[in-house]
Amino acid sequence: MEVAGALRTAREMGLVACTRCTRVWPAGTGRCARCGQRLHSREPKALQRVWAFWAVGLMAYVPANLWPMLETRTLVSTQHSTIVGGAVELARHGNWGIALVILTASVAIPVGKFLAIASLALGVRHGSALPQARRQQLYEVVEYIGRWSMIDVFVVAILASLVQLGAVAQVSPGPASLFFALSVIFTMLSAQGFDSRLIWDAEPAPLAPPLPGGRPA
Amino acid sequence: MRGAGPYAGAMTPTQTSHAPAPPRPGLSAAQLAGLIACPRCDAVYRAVQPAPGERAVCMRCDAVLIAPRRRAGEQIIAVALAVVVLVVAATLAPFLAIEAGGRAHASSVLDAALAFASAGPAAILALAVAALIVFIPVLRALLVIYVLAPIVANRPPAPRAAAAFRLSEALRPWSMAEIFAIGCAVALVKIADLAQVHFGPAFWMFAALVVLVVIQDGFMCRYSVWKSLER
Ligand SMILES: [Zn+2]
Repeated sequence: MEVAGALRTAREMGLVACTRCTRVWPAGTGRCARCGQRLHSREPKALQRVWAFWAVGLMAYVPANLWPMLETRTLVSTQHSTIVGGAVELARHGNWGIALVILTASVAIPVGKFLAIASLALGVRHGSALPQARRQQLYEVVEYIGRWSMIDVFVVAILASLVQLGAVAQVSPGPASLFFALSVIFTMLSAQGFDSRLIWDAEPAPLAPPLPGGRPA
Repeated sequence: MRGAGPYAGAMTPTQTSHAPAPPRPGLSAAQLAGLIACPRCDAVYRAVQPAPGERAVCMRCDAVLIAPRRRAGEQIIAVALAVVVLVVAATLAPFLAIEAGGRAHASSVLDAALAFASAGPAAILALAVAALIVFIPVLRALLVIYVLAPIVANRPPAPRAAAAFRLSEALRPWSMAEIFAIGCAVALVKIADLAQVHFGPAFWMFAALVVLVVIQDGFMCRYSVWKSLER
């Protein structure tokens, strides 16, 4: 790769970049002729979309926590467990490790995702105390971790299909599983809607850092 | 892009000190074709193909832009074929079997998806779960094979190959077979003291899938694929 003179963005060069295939086109081109992706120098409604999906995801996350995720029927009792309730129950039986894993996966990570996406979107509007590289890393972590939250829904599906032991024990999915899945899906859409180029727009592209043996013009 | 450390040779910023800045408005089509923009931060570079095994990394945000590998096409096709076979086989075979109080029950992926089917409004989840762990991973693998097979065979790209590859890329976050595999392990831990649980053959197939998916995404150099679809 070479930098032609100072490191500049496609927008500064009067170009529009394809985020799918990295090809550049003159500004105003509607569609990438290489891959067919619709081109936007910056997604015009990116932040609105991020916030819209974010809000729906958050709204779905509330019933996901209030309602039961699993309904367990055994010989002696019927038990409705919420996400937090199930973890508390495990902890009470001494399974601290698993309780902690569940609380991390179903509470800490989703809440952290909502906070991270909100802080990224707010950072674009109002500036951020975090350096750009940190915010980019934060965005990548959110993008990577987001889909893994679906694991809770899969665990419910697995338990419900597996624990069908007639009168001995029977597990069925509770209504919270649907809302939890919706929350994960909308949070993923929210993160995907975020245009990470906005993180870097706040400051003009710096000159290439000096490297031994040469100084970029 | 970086010229030091593990990526040495991937780029040569030192040669650029006298490169004239491209004339602003009037870049020719050929000049444009030689440029590459970082999809993360929009920085523009003149694309220089790194040697196989080396990577070109964005100087500004560290995104990997080009990472060609020798024989990557063949390897990705092989992995994609394995993914199709594994997912289809794993869908039908039981992945976990349970035993408690004298009763036993085995469950396949299909059963897991259908677990939601009887749950009223959550029935739509049955469809979503089946899509995320079966249909989308298989579709992605088939699309990748469709796109890469002609390229590997040095043939012109298949009709609508660009659209197929774009769809495959768009589906990437929604292909969750490997997450389901880890979900099996979590479910196992959760009911280990409630009942006796055994792994079925499908569990090991999904475990293999976790590895394959990592390989598939690690080998694929998107830039190289798009470049070869351009002709
Ligand atoms: Zn494109």
